[in-house]
Amino acid sequence: MELDTGVTAWMLTSASLVLLMTPGLALFYGGMVRGKSVLNMMMMSFGAMAVVGVIYVLWGWSMSYATGVGPEGYSLFANPFEQFGLGGGAIMDDAGEFVGEGLPVVVDVGFQATFAIITVALVSGAIADRVKFGTWMVFAGLFATLSYFPLSHMVWGGGLLSDAGPFVFGDAAPIDFAGGTVVHINAGIAALVLALIVGKRKGFGSEPMRPHNLPFVMLGAALLWFGWFGFNAGSAYGADGAAGLAWVNTTTATAAAIIGWLVTEKLRDGSATSLGAASGVVAGLVAITPAAGDVSPVGAIFVGLIAGALSAFAVGLKFKFGYDDSLDVVGIHLVAGLWGTLSLGFFATSTGLFYGGDFAQLGVQAVIALVAMIFAGVVTLVIGLVLKATMGWRISEEAEVSGIDLAVHSETAYETIAQGSVIKEVRS
Amino acid sequence: MKLVTGVIQPHRLDDVKSALEASGVRGMTVSEASGYGRQKGHTEVYRGAEYTVDLVPKVRIEILVGDEDAASIVDVVVNAAQTGKIGDGKVWTVPVDDIARVRTGEHGDSAL
Repeated sequence: MELDTGVTAWMLTSASLVLLMTPGLALFYGGMVRGKSVLNMMMMSFGAMAVVGVIYVLWGWSMSYATGVGPEGYSLFANPFEQFGLGGGAIMDDAGEFVGEGLPVVVDVGFQATFAIITVALVSGAIADRVKFGTWMVFAGLFATLSYFPLSHMVWGGGLLSDAGPFVFGDAAPIDFAGGTVVHINAGIAALVLALIVGKRKGFGSEPMRPHNLPFVMLGAALLWFGWFGFNAGSAYGADGAAGLAWVNTTTATAAAIIGWLVTEKLRDGSATSLGAASGVVAGLVAITPAAGDVSPVGAIFVGLIAGALSAFAVGLKFKFGYDDSLDVVGIHLVAGLWGTLSLGFFATSTGLFYGGDFAQLGVQAVIALVAMIFAGVVTLVIGLVLKATMGWRISEEAEVSGIDLAVHSETAYETIAQGSVIKEVRS
Repeated sequence: MKLVTGVIQPHRLDDVKSALEASGVRGMTVSEASGYGRQKGHTEVYRGAEYTVDLVPKVRIEILVGDEDAASIVDVVVNAAQTGKIGDGKVWTVPVDDIARVRTGEHGDSAL
């Protein structure tokens, strides 16, 4: 193998950037919950890192990128045993040399693992303040195994939703550059299903549940944006112009989404808020994810602008329909993820409607979005119900009211002056 | 002896403190408080969801004074805290039976 050091260096950097997104998400989510549950919220992200970081090398990679199970182009997942533990020649050949053309496969394993981690962590925002940590940890492993690995195989591993699959209409093959379906539609629909299974927080809709630390939220959004360069520009798999285009599109769409969100809330609510700006950042990043490599920078402005405005409206749906998607994973990741996936039908420079294409690309994108939604929705429903019947999801009502941090983790995030004077060392 | 208590707008605290020092008051207790009077609360909007916040931040200032000084100290606080808008707060006095200085054990006026 001739090693391409430039590409390898960039992919190692990208993997590190994407890994940073999950602690960034922990801050983004942690700031949005009440002060009594910030630690639990952040722990759900770190828990996802722990569980998925381990299982990815065991069977995650193999289930995603080994040989597909079933007829070619129709497989839902790959063989988990073929490259279990990264054996079976996954990263090293018999002579002990790293395999891969230009880029060692082991670097790609690291890059892909970080995507699996953040996808699982994203779901946690829908069930803030109220679920058992143990149940969450088990869910993280099951959801990654049964929903994320299969979807990443279907879209990127030559499976059902790839360009080797049946959903290729003429010139129009499915486009999901960096994970609109695999990551955001997947996490978004799982969030909706789990929010329904787990149920509302006590006092949802009647008691105030204000974000307790908006500077955390903004810092988290900034870290997500920074990490997303690895997510999108890294998905170009090169240190080249394609990566540069993805970088520019990512930033342009995100900037436009901030404007889209702020204008919407200024007109509707009267103020442009910091939470709106941070939320606009994430909505824009989500929407451009599937499209980052396949639209022009001007197209990216429209993708972002519409994503910001759409999500600003979508976050109100939970009050209308009465489901407690606490931190708006549905309103942002599902809605902007769907929009971003569909936007390629209009803005893809190869086959989009606005670039001389016909409706074929839009049709392909709608089909893959729908299949991803149904697949992830059904899988999450089964996992969620099984866990409800076995381990149970909810902590006790007293624990929820007094604060999940203290009840579940025996810690509190903040010390008041009065508390400080009564805390004494009781054992060393 | 009297206890003068004022609940005022937080941003007026510095002026009130200086005015009290200028008028010879040697000590006071200041604490953060929350409450509302005629101005009621305010509305905050997070992702389109409105929250009505009844209690707004205030500062409570407490001063122990001799009977003869109470009225003038109240005026000092009122003048320094006043902005003329709803929400400026209230100042009141209550009689105090006894005061003890912890350091020396003195009681009554000499503990002031």
